[in-house]
Amino acid sequence: MSHIEFRNVSFRYQEDSPWVLKNVSFTIGSDEWVAIIGHNGSGKSTIAKLMNGLLFPQEGEILVDGETVKPDTIWNIRKRVGMVFQNPDNQFVGTTVKDDVAFGMENHGVPREVMIERIQTSLEAVKMQDYEKHEPHRLSGGQKQRVAIASVLAVSPQYIILDEATAMLDPKGRKQIMRTIRDVQEEQNLALITITHDLQEVTEANRVLVMNEGEVWMEGGPRDIFSKKDQLKEIGLDTPFVSQLAEQLGHAGIKLSREPLHHEELLEELWTFRSNM
Amino acid sequence: MNSSMVIGQYVPGDSVVHRIDPRAKIAVIFFFVIIVFFANSVMSYGLLTLFAVASAASSKVPLPFIMKGLKPVWFLIIFTFLLHLFVTRQGEVLFSLFGWDIYEEGVIQGAVLSLRFFLLILVTSLLTLTTTPIEITDAIEELLGPLKKVRFPVHELALMMSISLRFIPTLMQETEKISKAQASRGVDFRTGSFKDRIQAIVPLLVPLFVSAFKRAEELAMAMEARGYQGGEGRTKLRELKLGKRDFILFAVFLLLVVGLFVTRN
Repeated sequence: MSHIEFRNVSFRYQEDSPWVLKNVSFTIGSDEWVAIIGHNGSGKSTIAKLMNGLLFPQEGEILVDGETVKPDTIWNIRKRVGMVFQNPDNQFVGTTVKDDVAFGMENHGVPREVMIERIQTSLEAVKMQDYEKHEPHRLSGGQKQRVAIASVLAVSPQYIILDEATAMLDPKGRKQIMRTIRDVQEEQNLALITITHDLQEVTEANRVLVMNEGEVWMEGGPRDIFSKKDQLKEIGLDTPFVSQLAEQLGHAGIKLSREPLHHEELLEELWTFRSNM
Repeated sequence: MNSSMVIGQYVPGDSVVHRIDPRAKIAVIFFFVIIVFFANSVMSYGLLTLFAVASAASSKVPLPFIMKGLKPVWFLIIFTFLLHLFVTRQGEVLFSLFGWDIYEEGVIQGAVLSLRFFLLILVTSLLTLTTTPIEITDAIEELLGPLKKVRFPVHELALMMSISLRFIPTLMQETEKISKAQASRGVDFRTGSFKDRIQAIVPLLVPLFVSAFKRAEELAMAMEARGYQGGEGRTKLRELKLGKRDFILFAVFLLLVVGLFVTRN
């Protein structure tokens, strides 16, 4: 029972506006890392907001661990589905790091003693324990996003949604966040749903959902997805540099045995290709 | 951007006054402001002044900071003194100044009222000098707690205050960014007539407001996603506890009140 399930979900913002999601169905397991990609307006951010009841579908049903998302279940569901947004500044509620991590727990009525303990552990999980008393304006964007992740972790959810959480960060901040996410996913038994433009993020996921015009356009492992370059190009999505390089190598007569996802894999492929010659 | 930027007048420190529970501070200051008006003898004023000066001294806030807090009201204090000096026409004539008689009562009235002013400002500014804005917010939330019974939105008010405090530096950074962006497009904020400078603020305020609204919307969404549903059933991390120190303050203050009523005429 523990998974998020979309059953024939359709959604539009207003009566007379076009459908943002059209009859979408998929399932996300409770220990998976799923990336959702698609260009702007493909409905990927709407999916995130539907998952924890910030929006409700007009048609179909969304189930979180078997419980339907509706106005009287959202408080319970928001405990299990945490969300990190794009803008690091606009989701920082507390006046200090500590207060911000506490905010979610305060909302859910967690006793004070438990709070103090969890602030410590969740800040340690994102390696921000030395910044407990810092005000948000003294932190970098990447550090603020790490605090946002810690705040979500403190409530101990089963699912964490990152809605373009790295989009506003510099490459360094982005790398920090990716490392944090990876560590968290490895150490704690939870599901990650990353909604992103960043292709490097996609390569780390177990599974990828490609959204296009409100429909699930393609679904599969990152390797499968990136091997279908022509189809991705059709809907205006690019593939990672390594993947493009592999394609060009293919044109030049160097056929690799599998689609490389990052530099090490490409190196590995080239190395074995050479020794097989 | 100055990383040690402090909002308000707060002077960080670790003195007794800093560590007193903000609720106790607010309560004592509130009653002090009332009893100042009951004093009417030299002794009673002496006691009040002693209390105020002793508090200021034990706060260990450097004198220049205290003077800075008094700066805007110096004019008022002096003006009150002069007004009474020249207008009051009671008691004996002490001397004549440029053909204007100065009466004994005028000097006394002027001095008394100026002293009152001085005491009020000194004590109230001690609150903001030794208490962080967020502590004051917490204290206000606690002190106004009983008003919840008459449906006064105490929690919401406190949350509004703390969010404003949190966003002041963010919006200041943004103002700086926008003003630089507009300056690079040729907007001149510094020179020109008063009217010109007021007009130059418009291209600064409009983008600032637009972005503030956008921030507010996103913040509301993020708060909701994190399970915010109003004050009901909420626990609090920051906790206020009355300690020994606070009860000593209450005792001292009680003695002051008793002393005041004994020494007044």
